Amino acid sequence: MPQLESLKDAIAKALPELDVVIAWGRGLDALGATPLFITKPEDLDDMILGPSCVHNLATYLPGLRDRKVGIVVKGCDSRSVIELLQEGLADRDNLTVFGFACSGVVNVPRLRGAADRHPVQSMEHDSGQVRLQTDTGPVALPEAEALAAKCLTCTEPEALICDHFAGPHGTAERAAASGNPQGTLERLEAMDFESRFRFWEQEMSRCLRCYACRSACPLCVCQDHCAAQSRNPHWVTQEDTPREKLMFQAIHALHLAGRCTECGECERACPMDIPVLALKQALNREIHRLFDYRAGTDPQATPPLFHFKETEENIKERDW
Amino acid sequence: MATTLFIQRGDIAAWLADTAATHTVYAPLRDKTGVHFHRLCAQDAAAQTQALELDRQAQTPPKNVLLPACETLLEFSYAKQEDGSTSLDVQPVMPQGAVLLFGPRPCDARAFTVFDRVYDAGRGKDPYYTARRAATVVASVVCTRPEQSCFCTAVGGAPDDTEGSDILFTPVQDGFIVRPLTQAGEAVLRHPLFTEAAHREEEAADVCAAARAAVPCAPADFTAAPEPVAALFDDMEFWQSVTAKCLSCGACTYLCPTCYCFNITDESNGLEGRRLRTWDNCMSFQFTLEGSGHNPRPTKAHRYRNRIGHKFSYYPRIHDGALSCVGCGRCISSCPVTMDIRRIVHSAMQRAQCATPEQAHE
Repeated sequence: MPQLESLKDAIAKALPELDVVIAWGRGLDALGATPLFITKPEDLDDMILGPSCVHNLATYLPGLRDRKVGIVVKGCDSRSVIELLQEGLADRDNLTVFGFACSGVVNVPRLRGAADRHPVQSMEHDSGQVRLQTDTGPVALPEAEALAAKCLTCTEPEALICDHFAGPHGTAERAAASGNPQGTLERLEAMDFESRFRFWEQEMSRCLRCYACRSACPLCVCQDHCAAQSRNPHWVTQEDTPREKLMFQAIHALHLAGRCTECGECERACPMDIPVLALKQALNREIHRLFDYRAGTDPQATPPLFHFKETEENIKERDW
Repeated sequence: MATTLFIQRGDIAAWLADTAATHTVYAPLRDKTGVHFHRLCAQDAAAQTQALELDRQAQTPPKNVLLPACETLLEFSYAKQEDGSTSLDVQPVMPQGAVLLFGPRPCDARAFTVFDRVYDAGRGKDPYYTARRAATVVASVVCTRPEQSCFCTAVGGAPDDTEGSDILFTPVQDGFIVRPLTQAGEAVLRHPLFTEAAHREEEAADVCAAARAAVPCAPADFTAAPEPVAALFDDMEFWQSVTAKCLSCGACTYLCPTCYCFNITDESNGLEGRRLRTWDNCMSFQFTLEGSGHNPRPTKAHRYRNRIGHKFSYYPRIHDGALSCVGCGRCISSCPVTMDIRRIVHSAMQRAQCATPEQAHE
């Protein structure tokens, strides 16, 4: 795999100047990767690259601010890096970004199900298919089913910010245009208010309040001091009704309005498969409409809710 | 104890539906997100049991049955008296009714013994826990299909373990060979769909032996972990390196069948309120945050050290060597970054062994 070798070379060269390089290594099996913290050359032996590299490693950056950090990013992950730089939550001078042409990552729970939870020995993604080899035989899924939803509509397969790029540009295999896949947000928008409320009551009834959605979010920067767990002031009740759990999701989504790059880590990290990304997508849609802005695309731009204009171009207050 | 019984696979649903008339019945059902324990409604039990799934591990443990994620301990209200004083009325809210928990794997049932030692011990009995425990019949099913993250045999359990169970169901081709383990278990088996099957005990033993052989990670043994893990308490370099990728969320603890920590909160609304007990977890910064603002576990390394220390050292040291981990592997398979507790305990044991005796002593 030349892309992986080329990345390893670049990391090996940069490593002496860095405290750590964050990449991916093998997890439980060929389907499950895990973040890999490379501090010495032999750690590179464990590095992998491919459709199992689902994690957005930018999540670790705010916690490593005072260190010299290298990070491997997919195109989508790079937007989180940019947003962190925009917000002053990461320092460009301390950061070395390694990019590559990403051909998409998989929806792990869906493939686990397709493999009937058998250990996966190998995984390949090409020609519009994801193929697994399991203990009990091969499993193949069309990429429209096998890939993470965000990959089906991806517009940035390559890092938007990068110090080292592996391989030639423009070589990412793009998901075959499989119609316009309907996401959760589109399904919700087609519902009336009552159905939408029932949808969320049902989904949130599974929530364990583990806050993995928050902890995995690269832009949830309160972390240890989250409003959800503060006892004084007691912002959020401990009652565990679906409404109260949804209340936290509303807080989370509002704090991310105009900041969220829709990397989908909140939804991916959720051990209960609750589609919480849709809430952030809904707000981002409004941000785009009002401010013509997409988070994490321009390191020099100021996020729209970070500054105040007396008159906004698309908000006609005087006409109200 | 009564003799060994047999029930046909297809009759389980009818038995559960009948039992639902007198008991609150929980069973593992397949839904759109996987397998989870659900409460059967008495009227709808027959339809619900169509989704019964006993061949896969439930993604969430049945911990909720004995330790609800949120329970009301008591209700209180204040009232102004004619003489100007304020009176306080407090009403405890106790659990009610008999419960049948059907279909946990033996690891999940064994987890209840971890709770028993804490909440039903001689010194202090938790009235809410003990009421639920006494009213609950646990009917486990021998685990013949381990997950790749399973390691029950490394922590003193087994796929046919009977600890914590009232009944053990062993799956065979045509149904289940059923062994009552307690009188409470025997009572819920008094149903015409169960037939006498003492002659099939050997068949059940064969299934159990095969199940034990199928557990991955079989040669590992973490029962010797308490000393080495304790020896690494001050080795923050070790804890920092093994927790570098941890996100410090609570998924591992809330999906753990043995994690039993809780928080208590008074939720008041005007003159009335409720005292709630809710799950809490040691991965959270607030868990040990003191009133002064000091936090003895300020980083995820400190917090994860507590997770490993509690399960593999502090708990076994005061409970005759019993680990507070049953090896279900959910903390591995559901972790957003696949933290592998097996590897970490293994590394801890190796590192403590490699340290010189002087270093280990320090």
